Amino acid sequence: MSDVSLVRTPPRFRSATGESAGTRWALIAVAFTGLAILVFAPLIAVFVVALADGVAASLESLASRDARDAIRLTLTIAAISVPLNAAFGIAAAWFITKFDFRGKAFLITLIDLPFSVSPVVAGLCIVLMFGANSALGGWLVANGFPIVFAMPGIILATMFVTFPFVARELIPVMIEQGRAEEEAGLTLGASGWRVFWTVTLPNIRWALLYGVLLCNARAMGEFGAVAVVSGKIRGQTATMPTTIEMLYQEYLSVAAFSLAAVLALLALVTLLLKTALEIRHADQLAATHRP
Amino acid sequence: MHIEIDEISKQFGTTAALHPVSLALPSGALVALLGPSGSGKTTLLRILGGLEFPTSGRVLFDGQDATGVTVQERRAGFVFQSYALFRHMTVFDNIAYGLNARPRATRPQKAEIARRVTKLLDLIQLPDIGSRYPSQLSGGQRQRVALARALAIEPRMLLLDEPFGALDAKVRRELRQGLRDIHDTTGLTTVFVTHDQEEAMELADLVVVMSMGRIEQIGKPQDIRARPATPFVRTFITA
Ligand SMILES: Nc1ncnc2c1ncn2[C@@H]1O[C@H](COP(=O)(O)OP(=O)(O)OP(=O)(O)O)[C@@H](O)[C@H]1O
Ligand SMILES: [Mg+2]
Repeated sequence: MSDVSLVRTPPRFRSATGESAGTRWALIAVAFTGLAILVFAPLIAVFVVALADGVAASLESLASRDARDAIRLTLTIAAISVPLNAAFGIAAAWFITKFDFRGKAFLITLIDLPFSVSPVVAGLCIVLMFGANSALGGWLVANGFPIVFAMPGIILATMFVTFPFVARELIPVMIEQGRAEEEAGLTLGASGWRVFWTVTLPNIRWALLYGVLLCNARAMGEFGAVAVVSGKIRGQTATMPTTIEMLYQEYLSVAAFSLAAVLALLALVTLLLKTALEIRHADQLAATHRP
Repeated sequence: MHIEIDEISKQFGTTAALHPVSLALPSGALVALLGPSGSGKTTLLRILGGLEFPTSGRVLFDGQDATGVTVQERRAGFVFQSYALFRHMTVFDNIAYGLNARPRATRPQKAEIARRVTKLLDLIQLPDIGSRYPSQLSGGQRQRVALARALAIEPRMLLLDEPFGALDAKVRRELRQGLRDIHDTTGLTTVFVTHDQEEAMELADLVVVMSMGRIEQIGKPQDIRARPATPFVRTFITA
């Protein structure tokens, strides 16, 4: 009989990290409420206001020349600055993690600088350096290659602000992976370049993807630095965020929020893309992680 | 291949990992570098493999100065301490890596590469694991795959850094015999690092006892046992 009672009331073990059910639910509730108030509600509000006068009005405002120019400019800026920053980020992370040199800690801090400097200050620095009043800027303008109030300035500002994203994602991953696999590749006769393409890059591809997606989202959304260097010339240097702000200041709320909705959608597509890739390669992700 | 180390020293900043050491390893020998942690065994092995360059001194392969020869051109089969298998590649692709990396002129055909990989998988007695990833292997299996990958490049010598370090006693014994067999069939000059004196004595033809960046004694296992050259060797081999 005692056996039966043992079977019926097995001792209850609690896993080491186990919180009580009440605590768990409370934490989940807090997390979801926070998300709902801070993330979902504003996102929905954007779409509600954008569609306040109906879908047709919203689409019409997006079809205007200013809106189309802004969308085109923002996509162009992202298409140029994200690949460049990906390349710089890989190079910086590679250099920092695969070589020993003095001043390494300082260099890592330097990479973080754009995170701590206000974008507006960054924009002003670019204006000071390349503006028509500086020696370099004056020379560039005289030679028909203006930086400030033109596309190159916007790209510079965007790259400055988004520089840390890729490197920041890669450095911890590359430190964790060490150099042994690369060294193995070299002893097997592969050139450094080949080892980079066949060993290093495949090993960091997920971190790289995250970094690039984050970098892209930020590049499309950057406002402060771009607002300072671009001069916000409609049809020429007004990006999506700066155009949204101008429309909003002019009380054109449907137009402003429609454009804002497009910007939000672009960010959502980025996130969905990331999730889809994760699901599709789940097995590979699991297999390539160290046990 | 006959390996000669001529007054090699290695300095890392202010720490001397190797004081000038000299050593001659006869062709086809199975050599153990034996010593406590920090004695410079890995450093010496990496210098042989071309992964590290000596601060001074020369390395000679078959009498030819090879000190400046790049790691790729050394053709040393190197087995790393934690094996360093390419985690994103299958076992098959790991073993084929060195052959695929050859310049087109000397690269074997695809079918020939597959044939050689299969042969190596047979040699390490794991014929069926070609399609697995390293994370799906046991420690002992990983070690053997790392050995097969090193052998695939038809190396001129075999260098192993604590090849049995992280394995349990039974697997260690099996793999020891496996390494002995592979050494005997290939006839490659083989150098392995260990801090286990029993392992060195049992497996090696020639034991190099190291301490604090210096070579304390070089000799056959039975000679070292019978006539330890220094007090350090005496205490180390009886420990
Ligand atoms: N890359 C490096 N930078 C600085 N010092 C190093 C480096 N590699 C090795 N050393 C130092 O050189 C000395 C010898 O190291 P080595 O790795 O050769 O020892 P080992 O005999 O292999 O030890 P273990 O049994 O612990 O692996 C140690 O004092 C170590 O701290
Ligand atoms: Mg070592």
